[in-house]
Amino acid sequence: MNKIKTIIRKEWSEVFKNRLVLFTVAFLPLILTAIPLGIIYMTSTSGDFSGSVGDMPGEFNALCSADLSGGDCFQVFIVSQFMIMFMIIPLAIPASISSYSIVGEKVNRSLEPLLATPITTAELLIGKSLAAIIPALAATWIGFSIFILGSWIIISNPEIIANFLDVRWLIAIFVIGPLMALSAVAFSIIISSRVNDPRVAEQVSMIIIIPVLAVFFGQMAGIITLSIVFMLASVIVLGLVDAILVFLSVRLFQRETIITRWK
Amino acid sequence: MITTQNLTKKFDQITAVENLTLEIPEGEVFGFLGPNGAGKTTTVRILTSLITPTAGSATVNGHVIGEEDIDIRRSVGLLTETPGLYDNLSAERNLEIYASLYEVEDIKGQVEKYLRFLGLWERRNDVAATFSKGMKQKLAIARALLHEPRTLFLDEPTAGLDPEASRLVREFILEIKKQGRTIFICTHNLDEADRLCDRIGVFKTRLLVLDSPAKLRRQVFGRKVVFHIQQADQSLVDKLSLHPHVTEASLIDQKIVVTIDDPETHNPELIRILVSEGADIQFVGELRRSLEDVYLQLVKNA
Repeated sequence: MNKIKTIIRKEWSEVFKNRLVLFTVAFLPLILTAIPLGIIYMTSTSGDFSGSVGDMPGEFNALCSADLSGGDCFQVFIVSQFMIMFMIIPLAIPASISSYSIVGEKVNRSLEPLLATPITTAELLIGKSLAAIIPALAATWIGFSIFILGSWIIISNPEIIANFLDVRWLIAIFVIGPLMALSAVAFSIIISSRVNDPRVAEQVSMIIIIPVLAVFFGQMAGIITLSIVFMLASVIVLGLVDAILVFLSVRLFQRETIITRWK
Repeated sequence: MITTQNLTKKFDQITAVENLTLEIPEGEVFGFLGPNGAGKTTTVRILTSLITPTAGSATVNGHVIGEEDIDIRRSVGLLTETPGLYDNLSAERNLEIYASLYEVEDIKGQVEKYLRFLGLWERRNDVAATFSKGMKQKLAIARALLHEPRTLFLDEPTAGLDPEASRLVREFILEIKKQGRTIFICTHNLDEADRLCDRIGVFKTRLLVLDSPAKLRRQVFGRKVVFHIQQADQSLVDKLSLHPHVTEASLIDQKIVVTIDDPETHNPELIRILVSEGADIQFVGELRRSLEDVYLQLVKNA
């Protein structure tokens, strides 16, 4: 466990000196939290919406309890569209950190002396993965907490807050988020084993965000509804994807493979 | 102690190391010489359990390669061909990380000890990126010594260093040798190998020869004695050629060069022959071939 902690601390002291990584970790969550809060603020100060939930389209009704007015339900629906934004954080941050971490060591030729220590490749891989995943989850959960707090301050109706804290949000933030972070790290390892420029590795690794954006736009177009069934299905699919990516990345992260083939 | 038995490593169709058998006793400084691509670094990687052999076996400090790899890594220190330091971290931080990974108990103490030993204590808070090549090499050596390994593997320890830095590194190696550690050096620097090593192995995929520098010279070129004579001529050469222990005699630039086994025993006889023939002997000396000559001759014939 000590060796894993040493690797995590080493990774953080190195990677966070990179301004690009620091920007991704610090500002991306702020921006992605500010957008839905801004929308809540604008919709709560607008007096354009009235009527009951029964007057809203079926997709809106699915998301709102009967106590909500049409305007309140509209707020819930619009903000729910941006739930997916929080899912970009646990993808982008690990991809950025892992890319600079692994490719940086390749370019520096520092992997060989590291592997010559008693550390096992499992400890090294876990250390590097946690070094990327922990900041991502911290940023996601802190961003979500700020969002809930900000919503509570802006909105007077506690029923709306209750809708933001329903099972779908909790699955997204506390189950899907970690699964996505793991997939981002595993994917970055695969990419980083093949490239020698950390910026290229980071940019290629960001491909992993495309499925999330597809869901976002599908949602906006009304093709996809982020129902509980959809969320649970996503958990299963992500679990399978993670299993495959982790298997591939572990195969690539073997001592001899790193020494002889990672060039 | 390092022992190998028919150690072989193949990468696809290429044989990098072939049937390497050697034994390096505790406390010896062993030089591993060979041209680029000979398989020296591959051998070091096998012996430090970074890669696995295709065939054969080896033990390092009593631990078997492939079975006790973590124990091997705990007991050896490795200086890689490039230092591989963390450039954004300070010298002290670089060593603290490795001390932790090597499970050193007194991290602060050991880091200070080796930073002082290598003259880097005053620069401990400076990031490694600001260090010169020689200083980076010294920091990398400190990193390899932190956990007090019994065996040290040094891959090209003075490569790219200026003469002063090279001399400092050689002095450290001799200091480490006095501590009784086994040192395995891969080097192209034949002068360095000649000065530091108890024995040398010349390697080109397979071991060509293994012995002390002095014995290697004798083995490849024999021993040659040079007689500086005031007026040397061929008749003196012919007389010396008749001696039963002289294998070759020639006249080169007014000097008679004689190849002979055991000159310490037979030189007085040769001197008596020359004097009896009326030769005025000015100097007598041994023609010392450089290790470079030995190495080039061996590699050429391989």
